[in-house]
Amino acid sequence: MSAHDNHPEGVAHHFESASQQFDSGKLGIWTFLLTEVLFFSALFVAYTMYRNNYPEVFQFASQYLDTNLGALNTLVLLLSSFTIAWGVRNAMLGETKKLTINLIITLVCAAGFMMIKAEEYGHKFHEGTLWGGHEHSIFKLDANDVDPHMAEHSLAFNNPDGEFTAAVKDLDPEFRQKLGIFFGIYFCLTGLHGIHVLIGMILLSWLLIRNLRGEFGPKNFAAVDFIALYWHLVDLIWIFLFPLLYLIS
Amino acid sequence: MSDHSHDSEEHIGHILPLSLLLKVFGGLVCLTILTVMTGKADLHGADLAVAMVIATCKASLVCFFFMHLKYDRPFHGMIFLFSVMFVGLFLAFVTLDSEAYQDDIREKLSNDILQISE
Repeated sequence: MSAHDNHPEGVAHHFESASQQFDSGKLGIWTFLLTEVLFFSALFVAYTMYRNNYPEVFQFASQYLDTNLGALNTLVLLLSSFTIAWGVRNAMLGETKKLTINLIITLVCAAGFMMIKAEEYGHKFHEGTLWGGHEHSIFKLDANDVDPHMAEHSLAFNNPDGEFTAAVKDLDPEFRQKLGIFFGIYFCLTGLHGIHVLIGMILLSWLLIRNLRGEFGPKNFAAVDFIALYWHLVDLIWIFLFPLLYLIS
Repeated sequence: MSDHSHDSEEHIGHILPLSLLLKVFGGLVCLTILTVMTGKADLHGADLAVAMVIATCKASLVCFFFMHLKYDRPFHGMIFLFSVMFVGLFLAFVTLDSEAYQDDIREKLSNDILQISE
């Protein structure tokens, strides 16, 4: 019993002190982030390979992506990273109300990011700028498989220079198929990132509920700190995705 | 941070001043505007390199300040650095090999197209 009496409050029995408990958690979350970086790296390697081999496909396909929406999403994610970093400060200082506000702003930003993303995806499904295997894709290898209405569609619609006006069906089949692969990579990369944003939203909601119950304070802020680290990683990945996908001139 | 405690039991984590967080956020927004501007300009083939340098600067700001790596135990930074190094290795080895089978792929693709058009 005496050992229990001396045990610091809020520290699990297998840890000697609060700082040991905190350090263990921190090591754990950093190790998890390492696996996350490697998880995404496979898709980045696919991107690099493909861009190395077919730079002209990337230049052409990138015109279909809305740079303004991409930039807006970058700013939204950066703002959310700032508010969660501020939230960690709030938690360390025991500013519960400010932490609640910052968690809510972060959640709203995350939801805004997903809504903008949904708008972009919706537009692509409407225009048929999808991976080649999709039913409505305009980038199928055989032009006869492309929806006849879509096939007549001129490709100048999203071209800022307005110089290229070939119909989808008149594109070189090999080139059209490669455009489909670009969109496969685009949807995999942004989709996997989007799933991470959704998981982040669940975690942030959990933090919000716990904070409303008054569970966080200067001695117990580890969960806020660790989830903030995860959220920053999601931001980091988008920082690289944005120029790689949207800004190819 | 006048209330810095050096008691090992009490001192957990490092509290960043709000002014620093604001500066980092401002820097990140400026770099985003810069990368959009350089992305729209014609930089004669240096586009990708410039975009990656700016992205790396932004990533460093997030890592060092928002993720506390500047004040954290160096070991955590090392874990992260190693992950990035291994991504570099992954990229390097795959890129070395990337052209190796392109001729076979082109041949296969052109055969497929011939079959379809027949």
